[in-house]
Amino acid sequence: MTTMTESAQPRPISFAFLAQIILIMNSFIMLYPVVVMVFSAFKTTGEIFEHPFALPDFTQVQNFARVLGETSMPTYFVNSIIVTGASIILILVLGTMAGYAVARYESRTNTFILLFFLAGLMLPLKLAVIPLFILLRDLNLLDSRWSLIVTYTAIGLPSAVFIMAGFLRSLPAELEDAARIDGASEPRIMWSVMLPLARPPMAIAAIQNAVPIWNDFFFPLVFIQTDSAKTLPQGLTTFMGEYTTDWGMLFAGLTIAAAPITLLYIALSRQFIQGMTAGAVK
Amino acid sequence: MANVSIRNIRKSFGPVAIIKGVNVDIEDGEFVILVGPSGCGKSTLLRMIAGLEDITDGEIRIGPRVVNDVPPKDRDIAMVFQSYALYPHMTVAENMAFSLKLKGASQAEQKKRIQDAASSLGLLPLLDRYPRQLSGGQRQRVAMGRAIVRDPQVFLFDEPLSNLDAKLRVQMRTEIKELHQRLKTTTVYVTHDQIEAMTMADKIVVMHDGIVEQIGAPLDLYDRPANLFVAGFIGSPAMNFLDGTLEEGGLRLPSGALLPLDRRPPLQAGAKATYGVRPEHLEIVAAGTAGTIPATVAVVEPTGSDTTVIVKAEGGNLTVVVRDRVSLKPSDPVGLKPMARQTHLFDEHGQRVADA
Repeated sequence: MTTMTESAQPRPISFAFLAQIILIMNSFIMLYPVVVMVFSAFKTTGEIFEHPFALPDFTQVQNFARVLGETSMPTYFVNSIIVTGASIILILVLGTMAGYAVARYESRTNTFILLFFLAGLMLPLKLAVIPLFILLRDLNLLDSRWSLIVTYTAIGLPSAVFIMAGFLRSLPAELEDAARIDGASEPRIMWSVMLPLARPPMAIAAIQNAVPIWNDFFFPLVFIQTDSAKTLPQGLTTFMGEYTTDWGMLFAGLTIAAAPITLLYIALSRQFIQGMTAGAVK
Repeated sequence: MANVSIRNIRKSFGPVAIIKGVNVDIEDGEFVILVGPSGCGKSTLLRMIAGLEDITDGEIRIGPRVVNDVPPKDRDIAMVFQSYALYPHMTVAENMAFSLKLKGASQAEQKKRIQDAASSLGLLPLLDRYPRQLSGGQRQRVAMGRAIVRDPQVFLFDEPLSNLDAKLRVQMRTEIKELHQRLKTTTVYVTHDQIEAMTMADKIVVMHDGIVEQIGAPLDLYDRPANLFVAGFIGSPAMNFLDGTLEEGGLRLPSGALLPLDRRPPLQAGAKATYGVRPEHLEIVAAGTAGTIPATVAVVEPTGSDTTVIVKAEGGNLTVVVRDRVSLKPSDPVGLKPMARQTHLFDEHGQRVADA
């Protein structure tokens, strides 16, 4: 008996220890490129090659000053913000409304509509880039931020509808009945009762769409020619061509490009964990 | 406050008829309980009064007004749900204020009404809490507070106590009854628990399979059930039933025992009938006594205040409740003597036989 407990006891500890090591190593692997990027942004090209791992002098912000002052980087940045922001807002507003309708209003067409949206998940829009190009040309949207916004919204909607419908369906219908009896109109129920509860899935839908939209290189490359409408990923490449040798500046640009989405992720990740429905029903 | 009148109400979901013509009149200030087994249509009927379900056919009036096509918010009702349906993202005070806010009541008015309701329910220290921070009983009280602040014409309760543990249920039962006695608001209450119905109601509506089986005061239903269903549903432990044939001197059981009837039933001799007797109206006497049901003891369940004895007799198990302590053992032979004028007789269609 004693030997059994003795031999059984250390095993979970060593397993947990191993898991810790693996997780720490994983964090290191994940963070290493980010750290190198940020460090390099504060170094000159010479320093980067001389002391690639050395701590930089964080007061040396001339890379950032030059990126923001001498290039179109601020324009790209603003474009990225506008395109990602507008797409996410459209995805969330339309996706939540569609998800609510699919989840709650019983009708024959419901399943069909949901399947229609789900079909969008199966279909990579990149396959349809040529008809899409022609469509946007005919709509006079090419070479504008709108071309990207409508495309990203179309790409993002299926998953948003899927996530929102699944979540809204899990909310007790009695909540809506209670609100109806309390005197709330249907839009009011949506706004005051469902949406506050739907924040966690909305955060998921937002992050899950924001990251690929922010980083997307393909659609801007196809749709955008004018420099003033370019987004960051595309902008940074043109920039690479002009300043191939200045790695410090490129890393500064990348750091600026990566910052907003990282901050968004940190801000919204709390919503993942929050269990908002606790206490709704017993 | 208002009376509620339900006239020939029907409800179908597609081809399935859930409620098949129900008539109920609820007086102003009355506490009416809809009771029945699950699936009998009682909750659907309540939701129709609330306006949460469409009415297939018939008419519902609240006060003088036909409300068939009136949306829930304009019916001047408040409802307490089985799951309480508290808004999880709002504090207790916000939950209670929601309907007042939508109605456009002033801040001062909202505050006053919430204070009044909260103090009457003992919720004052909880006003800033969220539903998830409350116990089941407290949530139940908040749900009631949310209904009270609206000062509605009719309260609707949909199995409000079924999520609580047994002890709390008894306590909340008393609180709801006291609340009704204080506010005197017309109340419609749905439950499947006949004890709740018996203890709380002014009037009970027993429903079964989409129809009303009987409407009456709790003790009327207990003493004079209109049919076998009500007789078996109301009362715990349930009424005992024995099938037999009517004869000149009483009811002849298949075993040959003759049960004397204290009234002459208006049925012909030879008619099939069901004899009903409540567990507390059976006396245990020595085996072989004339006019008794022969039986053997199967299980003895002492509860302290009384003792439930389950005996094997013809037609299966019978239940006897005795107030005194008994020294019976399983497989003891006994005779069961029904108490005079405490028995029920039902004809072959299960309807109560009119007293002769």
